[in-house]
Amino acid sequence: MKGVRHYPGFMAVTVGCLVVLYAPLIVVMAYSFNGSNSITQWGGFSLHWYTQVFTGPEAPRFGQAARNSLTIAALASTTATLIATAAAIAMVQGAPFRGKGATFALINLPLMVPEIVTAVATLIFFSAIGLTTGYFTILIAHIAFCIPFAYLPIAARLEGIAPSYEAAARDLYATRWQAFRLVLLPLMMPGVAAGWLLAFIISLDDFIITNFVKGAGIETLPTAIFGAVKQGIKPNIMAISTLMLAVSILFVTLAWFINRKGHRTP
Amino acid sequence: MADTRRRTLLLLPTWAVIGVLMLIPVLLMAVYSFLTKEFRGGVEWQFSLAAYDQFFLTRGLFGDEPAAIEWTYINIFWRSIWQAALATLLCLMIGFPTAWFIATRPPSSRAIWLFLITVPYWVNLLIRTVSLKFLIRDNGPLNEFLIALNLIDNPLPLVNTNLAVQLGLFYSYLPFMVLPIYAAVERYDTALSEAAADLYASRWTTLREIILPVVKPGIVAGCILVFVPSLGAFLAPDLLGGAKTFMIGSLIDEQFRGSQGNWPFGAAVSMVLMTLVLIVLMFHARAQGSRR
Repeated sequence: MKGVRHYPGFMAVTVGCLVVLYAPLIVVMAYSFNGSNSITQWGGFSLHWYTQVFTGPEAPRFGQAARNSLTIAALASTTATLIATAAAIAMVQGAPFRGKGATFALINLPLMVPEIVTAVATLIFFSAIGLTTGYFTILIAHIAFCIPFAYLPIAARLEGIAPSYEAAARDLYATRWQAFRLVLLPLMMPGVAAGWLLAFIISLDDFIITNFVKGAGIETLPTAIFGAVKQGIKPNIMAISTLMLAVSILFVTLAWFINRKGHRTP
Repeated sequence: MADTRRRTLLLLPTWAVIGVLMLIPVLLMAVYSFLTKEFRGGVEWQFSLAAYDQFFLTRGLFGDEPAAIEWTYINIFWRSIWQAALATLLCLMIGFPTAWFIATRPPSSRAIWLFLITVPYWVNLLIRTVSLKFLIRDNGPLNEFLIALNLIDNPLPLVNTNLAVQLGLFYSYLPFMVLPIYAAVERYDTALSEAAADLYASRWTTLREIILPVVKPGIVAGCILVFVPSLGAFLAPDLLGGAKTFMIGSLIDEQFRGSQGNWPFGAAVSMVLMTLVLIVLMFHARAQGSRR
């Protein structure tokens, strides 16, 4: 006899759901190894399109876009993580204060406003203060919307750390800074690392806001891919997509393991 | 007050960055929606209701007829709301059984199932949407597969349909539905189901009468988390849809492209979209507040 929690067909839906989620990605991965020039016919396994990505006529363009994407993601996620860590310490560890609710709403603002509205507002802001759109404007826009993504795992981690650890360190004559650096920071590190990874992926993923504030003459990987896809899906795009997919999955897997490790040691 | 100073120092970067880069821009956008458009894109600093007038009212081709309601943009909003609602329903119908199934696995395998569901979400949204288009296009692998199985004779025209857009939105935001429902189901007390079974309720009666009301907060949260981003989505309608599936995101995007654009109108459309979203979020917040 199966328990009351069992519902016939629910497993089939779950498996079907996973098939729908993964089928497009697997198909694109498979076709990126296609030896044929056509995207419809299978011409045997080949790494042709991967060599095209690095040496083909479009290589400089996508190479520059990849460098922009990666440096922006690294700078934006690092800055956002530092800002979010400071905020999380004040929000979670400190006593309640006036304006705490408003601050919390402010941190979550980038999550609540639709992305396209953020994009429009940011473009208008840069235009109103006369800032020329380019690498710098993309970077600071990314820092803003990465903060809540970095904040959430850090705050969640901090909530699980009793204030008594830091208090014990202070009782043993540690300075405030020592207590933070030697006790609190190591304890909250899994949250900080997970927050940084999520912010990095979110920055790498962004298309809409980047597309609005990038200005002419600079591309990130998503905007370069979007431009290329408008003229049809070519095999080199599939190779680039597969490489980005691999990076994303690597990062998420890392975040997952860091999180799990974090859960085991209090 | 060392504590207050410390707190201010810690929070100052957040206030400054999000305040300057989110809050002020949104307020400025509200101002821009009441300005006069400049023809090369951008604005003239002169008060005008032209943007909202263009959105809601029409005065005929030459502007000399009495004002009547302009349906073009209201219809685009209506269509977007409809598309987002259908995508939300699709997510709910697939997401609820999935969340239930995962939450009733043994704890050790739950994490793996959850991981499998969330991994695609972290893959670049653009790449996911392009992959979906590649799979379902007219002479794509899906149609070839169905033809090879002799299930269909001619390729199914999926791309550029409403269904493709809904599928794209489903694909974009499914984990947002699964995760809150999962969290609610995980806290669900199975004793309730056992009590219902003892009283001769069938599984499906129990589901309808007991489980759904209990996990409703999770379902509502999931629906909002899918509906809100779907409403302003740009990539799925733009890549998977055509002229007939034009949604709010594309309408806004158009207003900021080159010399054809109209910044005050784009800002006004964004204001209407943001107002809609805030109404949905406020209803949710009030419902949550009254439950506590």
